[in-house]
Amino acid sequence: MEFSTPLRRLVATAEEVAGRNQEKIRDSIVKSIYLTAENIAHATACPKVEKSIDWDRKIDDILTSPVWGFPIMFAMLAVVFWVTITGANYPSEVLATGLFWLEDRLTDLFTAMQAPGWLHGLLVCGVYRSLAWVVSVMLPPMAIFFPLFTLLEDAGYLPRIAFNLDCFFKKAGTHGKQALTMCMGFGCNAAGVIACRIIESPRERLIATLTNNFVPCNGRFPTLIALATIFVGGSVALSLRSMVATLTVTGLVVFGIAVTLFVSWLLAKTLLKGELSLFALELPPYRIPKVGQVIVRSVFDRTLFVLARAVLVAAPAGGIIWLFANIPVGEMSLLATFAGWLDPFARHLGLDGFILLAFILGLPANEIVLPILIMAYVSGGALMELDSLAALRHLLVDQHGWTWLTALCTMIFSLCHWPCGTTLFTIRREQRSWRWTIIAAVIPTVIGCGVCLLLNYLVRGLGLI
Amino acid sequence: MAGLKPLKAIPNGAFAYVTKVNTAGLTRRRLLDLGLVPGTRVEVVRRSPMGDPIAVKIRGAIIALRAEESGLVMVRE
Amino acid sequence: MGSTRKEPVIALAGNPNTGKSTLFNALTGLRQHTGNWPGKTVLQTKGSYIYKGRKYTLVDLPGTYSLLANSLEEQVARDFICFGGPDATIVVVDATCLERNLNLALQITEITAKVVVCVNLIDEARRKKLKIDREKLSCLLGVPVVTTAARGGEGLPQLLNLVDQVVKGEIRPQPRLVQYDPEVETAVAKLVPQVKAVLGDLVNARWLSLRLLEGDLTLIEAVEKLTGKNKHVPCGWC
Ligand SMILES: Nc1nc2c(ncn2[C@@H]2O[C@H](COP(=O)(O)OP(=O)(O)OP(=O)(O)O)[C@@H](O)[C@H]2O)c(=O)[nH]1
Ligand SMILES: [Mg+2]
Repeated sequence: MEFSTPLRRLVATAEEVAGRNQEKIRDSIVKSIYLTAENIAHATACPKVEKSIDWDRKIDDILTSPVWGFPIMFAMLAVVFWVTITGANYPSEVLATGLFWLEDRLTDLFTAMQAPGWLHGLLVCGVYRSLAWVVSVMLPPMAIFFPLFTLLEDAGYLPRIAFNLDCFFKKAGTHGKQALTMCMGFGCNAAGVIACRIIESPRERLIATLTNNFVPCNGRFPTLIALATIFVGGSVALSLRSMVATLTVTGLVVFGIAVTLFVSWLLAKTLLKGELSLFALELPPYRIPKVGQVIVRSVFDRTLFVLARAVLVAAPAGGIIWLFANIPVGEMSLLATFAGWLDPFARHLGLDGFILLAFILGLPANEIVLPILIMAYVSGGALMELDSLAALRHLLVDQHGWTWLTALCTMIFSLCHWPCGTTLFTIRREQRSWRWTIIAAVIPTVIGCGVCLLLNYLVRGLGLI
Repeated sequence: MAGLKPLKAIPNGAFAYVTKVNTAGLTRRRLLDLGLVPGTRVEVVRRSPMGDPIAVKIRGAIIALRAEESGLVMVRE
Repeated sequence: MGSTRKEPVIALAGNPNTGKSTLFNALTGLRQHTGNWPGKTVLQTKGSYIYKGRKYTLVDLPGTYSLLANSLEEQVARDFICFGGPDATIVVVDATCLERNLNLALQITEITAKVVVCVNLIDEARRKKLKIDREKLSCLLGVPVVTTAARGGEGLPQLLNLVDQVVKGEIRPQPRLVQYDPEVETAVAKLVPQVKAVLGDLVNARWLSLRLLEGDLTLIEAVEKLTGKNKHVPCGWC
């Protein structure tokens, strides 16, 4: 930058006065400030009774121990998911039953008013039904997951995760704080992308930004939970069901972390070569969270906020999709026609045309992928009550030939595909570059397609299905 | 000077005094800003499960540093 | 320009994870995200509160360990405190880790005298059986000090009162500045008159001289922007 003359002269004078000692002067300045701070602190803070037990250390001895550090981390993740899955089960059913009971009453109302069939279809089967699905599938898991996660966050566990995992990020050539941005990604990938600002080096921040999407956000893990419960859990005894579903979801998240590390490493080796920047992460003291406050705030501020956003997208999307599903083009609906085009390709990935189409139409928000899929399926066949996961299983398995492989591929694709519109928009804003935004969409898509393709052919080739 | 070691060589639970920071430019300034000025008493609190980074108590806060950085800080026991 | 502004602007500065956002939320009623890890707040946020019938704007700055401008956050915080024209700056410090936090407080009092030090997390300090001599601290720093527990709302009325008094000029803090080594002080003494000649009262001359001596060009850039175009100094991210 060019300075105006008086400033330039000032700088020159300063350089003259400092001579060759700039570095020394700086050292001495920093030292003097710290020494003054030290003196004041000693004069004003009574030394603590040194003998009292240092709980922080004791806790850290366990949470970051070479033996227990990693197992506890995964156990913690699994417990959070287990509580979420088991806890969400019942309220989900209740909500679904209630909301679909209301749908029937709405239908009655429309019939009584002799409203035209298309109006009923658009508003009730389209808009209302996707809303009902979003609310009943999303709300309970989020209302449980967010408080749990916030408790861990407020207690001070997140920096310990970063501390434990840093060596992997170092090997991948990135910054350890990427683990913190991933934690934020659990809530919402757009928030995760913004959190990347805590990584200072532009190169490492970009890597963290491009890979944040491999953490399933709250818009996606209810989908994962639902599918895991129906398929993987559904195949074992009732008592083990949520346990198996938990392990599946946890496994997927761990897979996502592995992919993150792999892609980060790949980027650091190719497109984004560079030096490791300084890593200094404070491990703050543990603090006891205020449980009541945490619950209230995470339910009202986060859950309802996210839900409102999902609902805002789901309502119009539901209507539009219903139109697509019911506007005939020749023999078939518009939706079925599109799905038909996608089908051959999707089959290679272990999916079908409708699933791929649902992901594509789900670009505005991941929350609506499952409702779209259901609507697309339902509008093709007999209309049915979808008031429980059992009904969903019936729809997917009996009517549309899903196998556990289809479910697994769908889950993997959900984990690895283009980020949602909000996230892409945020990446564009943060990086100020269309190029990186596009790359952020291409990378996970390629990975997702690759993994699904491989898995599909492997399983079929081995005759496992 | 006898007993001069890089910070990363200090075992868990032991403490030492910073004598100098072996780097220049931005990294040096950042390390100093963390409180690693000569004369500071530091304690290596623990190592992460894989041995790196290490957690160091510097002026009241516990700060994790990678071997790259903790190797630059020379200390005396 | 900003001269017609009636609402006082208060900056919230401090080390990471000292409870700035918690304090911000408690005062403004907003719902900034908080969490027990350093670096949670990355966006500078504004809010407002009303005290004694007067509206105050509160700005939650990202947490930093220092203001010596070795990182973007530090520049953002520094530029706001220095050029954003806050009518007072609340420095939130962690009661359980005074030494490290005072390092930043001392740097801020070098820039501006209109400072209130808020020793937060006093409940944690009590839990750790740590006592803090508030009056002595205030005396040694030369600025008003208040102890708070932002999460429980403790000490907030006193804080608001002190801020109000500093803004109105009823309290005029006289910070006790850090004394540097003789060579540094001599060099500063040489530079101060020249800085004053060029920039007048725009920035604290002693502080700017110190930065010039250590060759901090980012600050000169900021000054250039301020004097050159006489425009609002962009906060880097907005
Ligand atoms: N016990 C106790 N905890 C507090 C108090 N104030 C804040 N906390 C907790 O301290 C943690 C950090 O608070 P934040 O407000 O996010 O800190 P911050 O200074 O904004 O942090 P950055 O945005 O990272 O700079 C949170 O978990 C708060 O719940 C307090 O007075 N007492
Ligand atoms: Mg904050």
